Amino acid sequence: MGQHAGRFGEYGGAYVPETLVPALAELEQGMDDAFADTAFNADLASWLRDYAGRPTPVTHARRLSQETGGAQILLKREDLLHTGAHKLNNVLGQVLLAVRLGKRRIIAETGAGQHGVATATACACFGLRCVVYMGSEDMRRQALNVYKMRLLGAEVVAVESGTATLKDATNEAIRDWVSHVRDTHYVIGSAVGPHPYPTLVRRLQRVIGDEARAQCLERLERLPHVVVACVGGGSNAIGMFAAFLDDAAVELVGVEAAGRGLDTGAHAAPLSRGRPGVLHGAHSYLMQDGAGQVLGTHSISAGLDYPGVGPEHSALRDSGRVRYVSATDEQALAAFHRLSQLEGIIPALESAHALHAAAELAASRDAEDVVLVCLSGRGDKDIDTVREHDPA
Amino acid sequence: MSIRVAPRTRFDDAFSARDAGAPPGLIPYITAGFPHRDATAVLLRAAQDGGALAVETGIPFSDPLADGPTIQRAGWRALQNGMTLQLALEQVAAARAAGLEIPVAAMTYVNPVLAYGRDRFMRDAHAAGLDGLIVPDLPFDEADSVRDAAHGAGLAFIPLIAPTTPDERMRRIAASASGFVYCVSVTGVTGARSALPDEALALLDRVRAATPLPRALGFGLSRHEHVQALRGHAEAAVVGSALIDAVERAPQDAAGVVERFCESLIQGP
Ligand SMILES: Cc1ncc(COP(=O)(O)O)c(C=O)c1O
Repeated sequence: MGQHAGRFGEYGGAYVPETLVPALAELEQGMDDAFADTAFNADLASWLRDYAGRPTPVTHARRLSQETGGAQILLKREDLLHTGAHKLNNVLGQVLLAVRLGKRRIIAETGAGQHGVATATACACFGLRCVVYMGSEDMRRQALNVYKMRLLGAEVVAVESGTATLKDATNEAIRDWVSHVRDTHYVIGSAVGPHPYPTLVRRLQRVIGDEARAQCLERLERLPHVVVACVGGGSNAIGMFAAFLDDAAVELVGVEAAGRGLDTGAHAAPLSRGRPGVLHGAHSYLMQDGAGQVLGTHSISAGLDYPGVGPEHSALRDSGRVRYVSATDEQALAAFHRLSQLEGIIPALESAHALHAAAELAASRDAEDVVLVCLSGRGDKDIDTVREHDPA
Repeated sequence: MSIRVAPRTRFDDAFSARDAGAPPGLIPYITAGFPHRDATAVLLRAAQDGGALAVETGIPFSDPLADGPTIQRAGWRALQNGMTLQLALEQVAAARAAGLEIPVAAMTYVNPVLAYGRDRFMRDAHAAGLDGLIVPDLPFDEADSVRDAAHGAGLAFIPLIAPTTPDERMRRIAASASGFVYCVSVTGVTGARSALPDEALALLDRVRAATPLPRALGFGLSRHEHVQALRGHAEAAVVGSALIDAVERAPQDAAGVVERFCESLIQGP
């Protein structure tokens, strides 16, 4: 594979049908122009502030830190963003870009429904047509978010093919884009997909890390020792890490979903247990069998239940700049309850994976040390799942 | 850029044997391992008996993002039947041993090829009697190393050109091609359509201005009239979903269906 723009070492690229190649070039050009335009950046900043609710605060998890008995745990509160997760940062930027490019129809894929709800929200706000692809299995698991998307005026299309989950919804969104590429923008929901998406999504999500870094410097007059984020496709994690990559002393830790355990095969941890391959337009670590067929995944958290990962994470894994660990369903559930009871914050199950790893890291450090965690979303959407597992 | 010269394959012979004024030759697409695991060799042969110019064997991938519902379904079934690249190559070799003479191209996605081992796949594919490779998720910009490996092993690397491809890019794609260029009839995925899209003929004429290579038009063709309408515009017509739909309706007589369907596409009902 060659060394083109849009590569992170050997990872990334744009493995898409020929039909889409000109559209990706147009998107890359549009993205470069937009980010070089002060009016566009000011417009995006004001939407993030006045509509989405940025900046989000950093909260000291006082009782959790005490109970963990080690470093101080700080939470970057993306759960307080409008629609309840970091997904809106990316969606607002992409929808503004789509409007700038003259695209009036927006499509998206969704797993848990958080990205779908964020996309439906932005489309309502800008008066754009919105079609969201969702696996029929996920529609059943996340019925509330399906209702929300419809309430917001989006059309939700059930995807029955393959495993009827996020990877298949992504296939279907790409097929829709191939068929309507001239008037449609595809708002991809994570730092995955063909170039320029991983770069675009990182650019739009790094507001999380930039804010958190400045907040730490202002409050503590120093940087955190460790920064932790969960990794599904990797958008909240890359948004967080991007701001700290050049701070060599800051340890960066990404947390994948170990599901029922890494050795059971029932997990969603491509960086821990996958091999590089090509899915959804990018070369990256991938859960696949020996013949190159993509494997089914399992995680209690629908937002992490994906066999691939953004290509920049693959490069960061290989270089060792970021360490990738994992948390099981059980560990995430325990962290979910702990944060709810000790801090009065109900986290998303995705974020609970990061909380588990953060507490483990904090436990082995001094009380003066600081572990910063991206609390990527709130847990309202997960109440039914948790109730099924742990009847209170 | 490619460092290797394109090899000569059965495709070159098959296209040069065609009469210039004749209607396009037929290239049926059949998913390997569909409708059952060991159907491949028999169905490739049935395509030849039905008068096909060449044949495409689709080797299934779990996430076929260029394919519509029919080929997705056939691929899913084939995977459940245990189809792999390795098995498909064995079946093509068996078909050759049983008298298959027309050119055969494999259509598959890039990940199974990488998992098999790029260079090893090309060698084994050529040894099995394949003539060319079509990879719909490997556009020109990503294709250098795979194309070089294909050419080095004696396989044609057949690129796709779409209605959205600009002229200058089309010229660069065509300059790297071997065998023929695969022209995508619609801005869309595979799947039988009732009418030939308006953009198809315009695309074919643009391609002719870019390259002297034979042009095959595919995606959506389903009828004899579609094939006839391409006379003078394309040297071959690829028919996939419509054929698979027909096989799905009578899986117990798959070979008969393929042979008769090919005949009717060429000669009319
Ligand atoms: C709250 C929350 N966190 C994390 C994720 C995982 O996505 P990513 O890895 O792109 O941040 C999701 C995905 O749906 C989510 O809803």
